Amino acid sequence: MVDVTREFQDIERAEPEDVELYHPHSWITKYVFSQDAKVIAIQYSVTAMAIGMVALVLSWLMRLQLGFPGYFTFIDPATYYQFITMHGMIMVIYLLTALFLGGFGNYLIPLMLGARDMVFPYLNMLSYWIYLLAVLVLVASFFTPGGPTGAGWTLYPPQVILSGTPGQESGVFLMLVSLVLFIVGFTMGGLNYVVTVLQARTRGMTLMRMPLTIWGIFTATVLALLAFPALFVACIMLLLDRALGTSFFMPTLVEMGQTLSYGGGSPILFQHLFWFFGHPEVYIVALPAFGIVSDLISTHARKNIFGYRMMVWAIVAIGGLSFIVWAHHMYVSGMHPMFGFFFATTTLIIAVPTAIKVYNWVLTLWRGDIHLTVPMLFAIGFIITFLNGGLTGLFLGNVVVDVPLSDTMFVVAHFHMVMGVAPILAIFGAIYHWYPKITGRMLDEAMGQIHFWVTFLGAYAIFFPMHYLGLMGVPRRYHELGEMAFVPPSAEELNAFITVVALIVGFAQLVFLFNLVWSLFRGREAGGNPWRATTLEWQTPTTPPPHGNWGKELPVVYRWAYDYSVPGAAEDFVPQNQPAPAGAAE
Amino acid sequence: MAPHGSMTSAQAADPHAGWQGIYADWASDRTVFRNVSWGKAMMWVFLLSDTFIFGCFLLAYMTARMSTTVPWPNATEVFALHIGGENIPLILIAIMTFVLISSSGTMAMAVNYGYRRDRKKTAVLMLVTAAFGATFVGMQAFEWTKLIMEGVRPWENPWGAAQFGSTFFMITGFHGTHVTIGVIFLIIVARKVLRGDFDRGTRGFFTSRKGRYEIVEITGLYWHFVDLVWVFIFAFFYLW
Repeated sequence: MVDVTREFQDIERAEPEDVELYHPHSWITKYVFSQDAKVIAIQYSVTAMAIGMVALVLSWLMRLQLGFPGYFTFIDPATYYQFITMHGMIMVIYLLTALFLGGFGNYLIPLMLGARDMVFPYLNMLSYWIYLLAVLVLVASFFTPGGPTGAGWTLYPPQVILSGTPGQESGVFLMLVSLVLFIVGFTMGGLNYVVTVLQARTRGMTLMRMPLTIWGIFTATVLALLAFPALFVACIMLLLDRALGTSFFMPTLVEMGQTLSYGGGSPILFQHLFWFFGHPEVYIVALPAFGIVSDLISTHARKNIFGYRMMVWAIVAIGGLSFIVWAHHMYVSGMHPMFGFFFATTTLIIAVPTAIKVYNWVLTLWRGDIHLTVPMLFAIGFIITFLNGGLTGLFLGNVVVDVPLSDTMFVVAHFHMVMGVAPILAIFGAIYHWYPKITGRMLDEAMGQIHFWVTFLGAYAIFFPMHYLGLMGVPRRYHELGEMAFVPPSAEELNAFITVVALIVGFAQLVFLFNLVWSLFRGREAGGNPWRATTLEWQTPTTPPPHGNWGKELPVVYRWAYDYSVPGAAEDFVPQNQPAPAGAAE
Repeated sequence: MAPHGSMTSAQAADPHAGWQGIYADWASDRTVFRNVSWGKAMMWVFLLSDTFIFGCFLLAYMTARMSTTVPWPNATEVFALHIGGENIPLILIAIMTFVLISSSGTMAMAVNYGYRRDRKKTAVLMLVTAAFGATFVGMQAFEWTKLIMEGVRPWENPWGAAQFGSTFFMITGFHGTHVTIGVIFLIIVARKVLRGDFDRGTRGFFTSRKGRYEIVEITGLYWHFVDLVWVFIFAFFYLW
């Protein structure tokens, strides 16, 4: 631990040398082409949620088709595949990644670390606008001849560019271009997040005093900066295969009786590149959720996080391990069985740090003063859901269990639980938690409770039966089951049930959106620190925080972020910037 | 890095060495890398990310080359120039590599003069670097033209595996783009140095903050990286 009292003497150097804030001069530079991380965060979040709504509607359409096959004639197999593809890609990349890192990262990193802004505001602004461009290009593919690509979000060649795959004409171009743009834009933002965490913390803020939210976002950003290059390269090569007729991924093929001009490429190479990105991507959305949930639980249980150091090392260890497990997505690709053995082992090793985190969350709750506020409900919901999804991950991580379960609804249930529902619950919890800081008003509690219970119970009603369907052998990505000897009629009824619940859960999100808008005007005044939290963002001079965050003086940090219910303290929380009383041990 | 007066008292009073110093840096408040500015840190992180891009490209190339069933064209013959009645293997690549490595030398000198606030020499050396870079790109264009004339296309070539042309154009093209961007950045920064922007504190490059002479070094980091990548491309593509 760094001895802060010794550094206390040169207070005049509290401002880092590089700080030189950009001051907007007009409405446009203040709210549109803004360089303020807080405004950029809101821009990112609103865009991500808007495109997320599109993906939500797509999932309704898919569920309608699966639940009531034959009733909705406008959903033919081609459009169904397009819905699947766009739903997956939007949710994983354009919603979750953008919202966690672009949204929460931008808002929370400078505030939680006591910085005035990100280190490169100009690049940060470019990052958002390139992200928006990527989203627009993606949306544009809905309006091109042939529609968006329907190759599945994994975009596996050779089928992604063969005729017969929907969107092969132009949708796939737009998808790949959009991904490349997203990566370029994200890199600009990601460099900001990493350098801000490393080089722009305030006095007394050591790495081991950072709130776990920041650790999660920081590690996830490092992962993203190292994993997105693989996707970037895969996209470029796939573009060349489609546009110029190169054969990076395309083997010799006979299509409709005609031999294509491709030859000698390796489809497996694409899978390796894609999953070298794809698996860290799971943790790019999970690690920020881990961090956020740790902070929510500690705050709302009025108790310090259990095993802070272990939590940090678990985040770092998970991040490191996530780069050597990718081929567990490829057990059925025909790779050498010894590889399967290696990747199964590394995959199961990840369970160790992950279990440490879950135990520590439970031990934080243990005998805590639990306030069942809406953010807390979502945080607890996250833990349960993540645990559920994680346990089925142990099944799928083993080669012998995975092979029969591959491409069944079991897989769909697993990844929706672990990287769909769980991170979304963390996002909701985070929004309910930080909305008062962003707007100055509380979100409505009653609407929040309805939103939580419908979403949480509904998610289970949707995804639990899917495990069962999967074990029966119901395949994923099928437009219609039709007559299958091994699928009993009850599977159809279960599918109809899931669809009804999915629609209900979908509409519950409208309550949430209404709450966001309604509370902006009618919500209860929040004050500066409604949750009585310790972290720096709640100690800003005004709420919402002003341009530059801190007014004249940067805060100085004297303690870690989890001083709740400290014996002998005047209140049950001690803010990070409150000096230790004279004579007391740090 | 030697401690000096501008550092905080705790660090100045306690100069660490070796692993203890690294530990102290990482455990300290505010910064992990002491006396490393934000811009420089950003460039290093970016280069790390870019390393992964080139790494993926080169690994993809190696995979393609090892898994193709058709023989790979012989680099010694393909990249030979017919000069004075004789085929000299790899002569053009040798010159290109020499030019690019030399440009790293002039870049390093430019950084040195930049920190001495010698505006003219810095700018001239940066422009020389840019000229070397442009020469490199020019020679690459010549090489591309020659190969295209001989029938090499991204999707086929007269001598063997189609992936030869695909990976060649993709990787050298991506690297050439990096060099071109570097040349443009060098020219912009050189112009700013020459005008004295960094003495007067006018708006810097790619930021709305004041520019500083440090940008010369940051541009240099990028430039050396692009050179280093070329060494790997040279080794794996032309010498293998």
